[in-house]
Amino acid sequence: MYTLGVDIGSTTSKAVILEDGENIVASSIVIATVGTAGVEEAVKNVLNFSKLELNDIKVVVATGYGRMNYDVADYKVSELTCHALGVHKEFPNVRTVIDIGGQDAKVISLAANGKMTNFVMNDKCAAGTGRFLDVMANILNLDIQDLEVEALKSDNPANISSTCTVFAESEVISQLATGRNIPDLVAGICKSVAVRVAALAKRVGIVEEVCMSGGVAKNSGVRNAMSKELGVDIVFSKDAQLMGALGAAIYGFKKL
Amino acid sequence: MEEAKKQKPTVDPNSAKARLGSIAAKAYSDCVEAKKRGELIGWCASNFPVEIPETLGLYVCYPENQAAGIAARGGGERMCSESEGDGYSNDICAYARISLAYMKLKEAPEQDMPQPDFVLCCNNICNCMIKWYENIAKELNIPMIMIDIPFNPDYEVSDAMTAYIRNQFWDAIHQLEEITGKKWSNERYEEVRKISGRSSRAWLEATATAKYSPSPFNGFDLLNHMAVMVTARGKLEAAEAMETLLQEYKDNHEKGESTFKGEEKYRIMFEGIACWPWLRATATGLKSRGINMVTTIYADAFGFIYDDFDGMCRAYANVPNCMNIEHARDKRTKLCKDNSVEGLLVHTNRSCKLWSGFMSEMSRQIGEECGIPVVSFDGDQADPRNFSEAQYDTRVQGLTEIMEANKEI
Repeated sequence: MYTLGVDIGSTTSKAVILEDGENIVASSIVIATVGTAGVEEAVKNVLNFSKLELNDIKVVVATGYGRMNYDVADYKVSELTCHALGVHKEFPNVRTVIDIGGQDAKVISLAANGKMTNFVMNDKCAAGTGRFLDVMANILNLDIQDLEVEALKSDNPANISSTCTVFAESEVISQLATGRNIPDLVAGICKSVAVRVAALAKRVGIVEEVCMSGGVAKNSGVRNAMSKELGVDIVFSKDAQLMGALGAAIYGFKKL
Repeated sequence: MEEAKKQKPTVDPNSAKARLGSIAAKAYSDCVEAKKRGELIGWCASNFPVEIPETLGLYVCYPENQAAGIAARGGGERMCSESEGDGYSNDICAYARISLAYMKLKEAPEQDMPQPDFVLCCNNICNCMIKWYENIAKELNIPMIMIDIPFNPDYEVSDAMTAYIRNQFWDAIHQLEEITGKKWSNERYEEVRKISGRSSRAWLEATATAKYSPSPFNGFDLLNHMAVMVTARGKLEAAEAMETLLQEYKDNHEKGESTFKGEEKYRIMFEGIACWPWLRATATGLKSRGINMVTTIYADAFGFIYDDFDGMCRAYANVPNCMNIEHARDKRTKLCKDNSVEGLLVHTNRSCKLWSGFMSEMSRQIGEECGIPVVSFDGDQADPRNFSEAQYDTRVQGLTEIMEANKEI
């Protein structure tokens, strides 16, 4: 029995087909903003790969900021619940999930059965979100994937103290102008995100194990800085970006 | 094909809704008429002791109420931008920015009111209000009567604090007598006190009917009805209309009816001032998920019950923003428990640093004490630029999913 989870985020669309609530049959990540094109491509990809048709799917569940406009879905569920379900499947001992997405950051508390018991999200400010990293990568002329590589080269992270993305941008440009090297700036930027989100995490209460999910989890610069800020080890999946779509597919299976 | 025109549902003129709406509108028209007659009229803070102008027979209108009305009808951004252009920071209260813009422009199609001859300020609700009213007084060259009610670190209002407030109340009365030529009457005060008590008792009893399941009312109704408690609680027609409201809620309960349309699946407490520019979006986000906001301290805050002049002094020192965190928490915890609340939705109101500042810790304590999830969203009481509907929706859906899971246990 197949279920399909789609996570329509602000920068990427993700899709996962799950068999019997257990086995990932196919997954796809398409870089696209909220809208129908990205999600349609992601769904087409997973259907092609699995050699299934939409009629073979018993339940379709949409999550992410674009969920309300995806009419194919049988259920529209918040990404909070979906990340909780996705992470719980991969790491059953996790009790705290930190999900940094394109336009928000969330810290979710889980019960032992994987049920979400509480959550806290960033305020209206973009600091501490994936968007902050996008802006910073752009002014440093780096691809977003390069941030991790550059951060690892640094042994003296720059201090980026501004919480406002626009102010932080000015701060980075000023430090560039004074000759500060790129790796130190990137490490400082990663640390800035970690400090901001760690403060959120402390509000909801850190209970180990702690897992990072979402696209930013793949950036070891942010992950290591977060681990240091919180004083705990942080686990993550190589499929961190797919946790929302995976959770959506699991939610669909639970509804059968 | 010509589309059938949607007809507005007719409202029974004897219903509480119609009567309260008419009283709220009359508070403005009475002021306009008084001004035309040449009487001196005032602008008054919402938690200023309304009994004083009412006893003296003075007409006052309420800038906070006006600003909420302007914001709810779509004029918030225009008026805030006007003030910001005049040099007021966008970090100050949006009610203040709207009011200061109105003082200059002297008209707003969303809600007009006459210009003041004096202002009545009381800082038991916030201290930004002092500078806001001082600016009005200075710009318009009119007197400002200021009552200072300090933040109370204790659970009870001490005798010393009562005396401090009592002396200021009498000073305000004497100043107003001098400014307006009207005279204080103890007999009239007794009448007003009793009427204000009647209004307050009926109002608080009406809001307390939310203890029934389903609640006999949609909590967003309170946000409309409370305008009368702010502006007219000392008037006989207000007391009578509030008693009608209470009776209607009791009748609804008897008949198993509610003004909340649809199934009441979840019951929450809403914390903070309403997000007036986005009232429809915030209400729809709840209603579409079967969530009824059954209680809010914001509505109950305008019920004042006391037996004498000193009791009135203590009552005005016991308003939500003036009390310490433990006392404020306990009042809210009681509301949550009395009304079987399943979740708490906190409006992090960018206009109100005081209220939003203490809510982070207070809501954590309430959540722990009541065993309910707590979720907050960013917004503003009157500046529409501080709210994102998509962000609100995700938070409310997350709250719903936790409440749903809690029911499955």
